[in-house]
Amino acid sequence: MSRAALLVLADGRFPAGGHAHSGGAEAAVKAGRITGAASLEDFCRGRLHTTGSVSAALAAAAALGVDPATLDEAADARTPSAALRAAARRLGRQLLRAARVAWPSPELDALAREFPKGAHQPVVLGVAARAAGLGGEDAAYCSAYESVSGPATAVVRLLSLDPFDATAVLARLAPDLDDVAREAARSARRAVDEGVDALPAASAPLLEVGAEGHAGWAVRLFAS
Amino acid sequence: MDDGFDDAGDGTSPVTPQTLTPSTPGRPSPPDEPSTPAHPLPSPAGVHAHARIGARADPHGRTVLPVLDGEGPLALRRTRATGPAAHVTLVGAMSGPLGGDRLAVDADVGAGARLSVGSAAATIALPGQDGTAAHYDVRLTVATGAELRWLPEQLISVRGSELRVTTRADVEAGGRLVLREEQILGRTGESPGLLHSRLTVRYAGRTLLDQELSCGPGAPSGWDGPAVLAGHRAVGQLVIVDPEFTTEPPPAAMLGEHAARTPLAGPGILITALAPDALQLRRVLDEALHGLA
Repeated sequence: MSRAALLVLADGRFPAGGHAHSGGAEAAVKAGRITGAASLEDFCRGRLHTTGSVSAALAAAAALGVDPATLDEAADARTPSAALRAAARRLGRQLLRAARVAWPSPELDALAREFPKGAHQPVVLGVAARAAGLGGEDAAYCSAYESVSGPATAVVRLLSLDPFDATAVLARLAPDLDDVAREAARSARRAVDEGVDALPAASAPLLEVGAEGHAGWAVRLFAS
Repeated sequence: MDDGFDDAGDGTSPVTPQTLTPSTPGRPSPPDEPSTPAHPLPSPAGVHAHARIGARADPHGRTVLPVLDGEGPLALRRTRATGPAAHVTLVGAMSGPLGGDRLAVDADVGAGARLSVGSAAATIALPGQDGTAAHYDVRLTVATGAELRWLPEQLISVRGSELRVTTRADVEAGGRLVLREEQILGRTGESPGLLHSRLTVRYAGRTLLDQELSCGPGAPSGWDGPAVLAGHRAVGQLVIVDPEFTTEPPPAAMLGEHAARTPLAGPGILITALAPDALQLRRVLDEALHGLA
């Protein structure tokens, strides 16, 4: 495997459309729940340990070769918000287009055929990691990091937060990212034998409620 | 009978909680001399009890309850019903669960039967003596043409307690389910215990909803932050599975500032609500339910 492939996949400049999504941060800023670096950190920590850990586990399982359609169904069940399911599929579709060019593979082609409207983004991320020669824990790291880097970047724009402060938030989250990625990879290995019920299903009620509200806004900076 | 309570469906007297040997303040004290309890206890640390409800449609379209077996702190009463559905009330015969307790309730609703289950009081998770977690497992099965309304009172997580709740509902194609869960973090003005809950709903063999929530001291950090609860002390879910939603599910909608209804990826909807307290949470969920009727 190539460790450098992980840097390519995790790079914020990877053309997969993630920059258009705030991961719920725009709704939280509007509601006054994120007002600066400290509350951004709280937000990211909560997101990482809930939907972030679920995404990381789904990505890791896909990277280990668990059937993507089964994982996509598991992602649906773990994403009760219709707005968030739609966003995850849009992001999955965009990631798949970029990944098929970057790491051509029959598995990515098959995924595109099976899900013309897009599979859940973490599932696509895992299959892309697999195509790039990466392992389950690599995919988990990439997904877990995205779950906090997206909101941090968005809040720089939404609140004119100092980018140094936003980056410091991400740096302080590194130990939590290690924990979440390792645990996600562990549960993904269990899912290989025991099925997808072994994957976590942690939820964040305010992210779900906020996503439905955000989807109804007439004017917004981010798609989700 | 005019007290609203019928005998247990099989005509036997209800199980009395005193047959178990609890060992915690607030419950009867264990005897000083070792004695043989009426039911052997798998663990000296807590109460193990399993209650079962079985509902079936009789040839006249009424619902009968061939199984209505309470155990220990989980007593069951058939309560007066006005419509064709059978009503059962779960009557907590002891405070709890306490740490170390393992409680389970199964309800099985056969084809064409209609069952409504409520509880007489809130379930209150309390600390045990040995610091271990309590477990509460609910298993619901709903056959085709059947309906289960599972509407228990709140679950209150008391400071110092640890409770793991799992609720799993399997609905066959053509079955209906209305399920409410409410978690209250601490009694009034009190910090909560540690609460893990997992709710899994399947329809026609496919998982429609799989959702975990962990909160309280010891939960993964960020649980009370702006992405998860943000200081709200009451959180609730209302799941409605209805085969009619296959073609036309109710659309997503905000139900106030901190509650939303969303169609699931199948014939079901989920209402998620957060509130400062139990009373306001119930008000939001009741309005959401009546809004669909």
